[in-house]
Amino acid sequence: MQHGKYRFIVGFLVAPLALYAVFVIWPFIQSIYYSFTDWTGLSPDFKMVGLDNYTRMFKDDIFWKSLQHSVLLVLLLPLVTLGLALFFAFMLNVGGRRRKNAAVSGVRGSGFYKIAYFFPQVLSIVIVALLFQFAYNPRSGMLNSALKGVGLDSIQPDWLGDPNLALICVMVVLVWSTVGFFVVLFSAGMASIPKDFYEAALLDGASRVTTFFKITLPLLWDTVQSGWVYMGILALGVEAFTAVQVMTVGPGGPDYATSVLPLYVYQTAFRDGQAGYATTIGVGLLIVTMVFAAIVMRLGRRERLEF
Amino acid sequence: MKATETPPVVTVTEPAPVSKAPAQDGKKKSGEGKVLNVFSHGVLIIWAILVVMPLLWAVMTSFKTDDSILSTPWALPDKLHFENWSRAWSQAHMSEYFLNTIVVVGGSLIGTLLLGSMAAYVLARFDFPGNRFVYYLFIGGMSFPIILALVPLFFVMNNMGLLNTTHGLILVYIAYSLPFTVFFLTAFFRTLPGSVAEAAMLDGASHTRTFFQVMLPMAKPGLISVGIFNFLGQWNQYMLPTVLNSDPDHRVLSQGLVELANSQGYKGDWSGLFAGLVMAMLPVLAAYIVFQRQVVAGLTAGAVK
Repeated sequence: MQHGKYRFIVGFLVAPLALYAVFVIWPFIQSIYYSFTDWTGLSPDFKMVGLDNYTRMFKDDIFWKSLQHSVLLVLLLPLVTLGLALFFAFMLNVGGRRRKNAAVSGVRGSGFYKIAYFFPQVLSIVIVALLFQFAYNPRSGMLNSALKGVGLDSIQPDWLGDPNLALICVMVVLVWSTVGFFVVLFSAGMASIPKDFYEAALLDGASRVTTFFKITLPLLWDTVQSGWVYMGILALGVEAFTAVQVMTVGPGGPDYATSVLPLYVYQTAFRDGQAGYATTIGVGLLIVTMVFAAIVMRLGRRERLEF
Repeated sequence: MKATETPPVVTVTEPAPVSKAPAQDGKKKSGEGKVLNVFSHGVLIIWAILVVMPLLWAVMTSFKTDDSILSTPWALPDKLHFENWSRAWSQAHMSEYFLNTIVVVGGSLIGTLLLGSMAAYVLARFDFPGNRFVYYLFIGGMSFPIILALVPLFFVMNNMGLLNTTHGLILVYIAYSLPFTVFFLTAFFRTLPGSVAEAAMLDGASHTRTFFQVMLPMAKPGLISVGIFNFLGQWNQYMLPTVLNSDPDHRVLSQGLVELANSQGYKGDWSGLFAGLVMAMLPVLAAYIVFQRQVVAGLTAGAVK
């Protein structure tokens, strides 16, 4: 059995590991190093500048704005998305008409709802963002013409053009495209909770709202927690970047009202030609991500319930 | 979008309507049940409409003329303007974008599954110094912000002559898909019984042969799940090609759509844009509806903890 074992291990690991090291690990390490340099990315010459980039970052208004928006997304997106998803999943599983011999039952057609809700999950966020961009169009978009249609001619918001609304508009798109995934996920979790628990609680006179908070949520907590991490990474990462980059004017506008950290990194590096400073902002983003993960893990720690 | 992210835990099981001993049927409670039923159907239908309507609206809009899109966005098309579709397909280069995407995703998917399963197999079933280290090195990549690595990566690729090339993009897609793939498949290989592999080895098969002819076929369900996950992630990928592939000839679908939106918005060819969007949307939606169960299982898979 032992013959050639190590040769085999090395042979199988070398290709994946080399690829991963060259394209993922090495750039990560480099970027931390570059964050202490004045590298433009355009010329091969650069020198160490110590903490200059970091002091510059702390005085950079756009950085603070982007950070603020990213933090807002990290706090609000999971809350809204997971909240809605839990609500819908609970309705799917417990909102059914009472059958003869079951205390709680799922609504009819729950299969249909789940299929429909999941649609946005398989679509590219680019497609979703472009669709909504047109829907938000102030002159001929879906929303404003619907408002006109019901006689609200006076209310014609600029949506993405309004600095006060733009970030909310982006957030709505991200919520719209992720709720369905969690409905399906939570619904599967809820279906595996024994029905006797609900029966016993209802017999004792608990209302359905109480059963949600006292039975469903605690038993689903693990899933909710990992959903929280997932949504947070999404809010700090690729999805938020894509939605803002595709939908907003500028992108990141109007007047930096929707700028988020990954977008600012991208723009600093590839539009402004300041690769060194961009990696500094990237390190800032890395720290935010790690703090977020640590907080969720810590807050979310509870005794595991077996059932 | 999600080539490198972890979906949260839980294995999907269809809710089985469990029939249990009858509960007491108080009048008050059945009343509450009815109200709740109407209410829950109400909110569920509203959300279903909110999800489905924009998609149907896009399909409808893709058959309208530019004038009617702008003047009466909610009206049905006067007739089906298929010329929008042909214009988007050929003049707006949608056909090229599709082809590029198929090549890139095809190559990366095969590479991801092959390299991912090789690494995962070794990590799951062999004890050697550094095993844990390599494993955590891989899964650590799931939670780091990709954009941070992309800045130096752009210049690494440039130096290697891989920037704006199809094979360069394929290698990057594979590298960024490995963390989740290795994570998922390692867990999967651990659940497979070791006795079959041992029997094959006793019969004189080499490690390599055992892997390809015995273990890989056994791992098929896991490969399908992680394959669907990676396929969607790579098909919908936007950030990586935006940074690393700016050559118009190599644009993938998501880039092409943004480009289309920019140029058509400029030209005022909204109908062409919607035809392009719907064209990109329908194959994925159709595939999802057909393989619904597998897609949901694939995307929600990943039993950690």
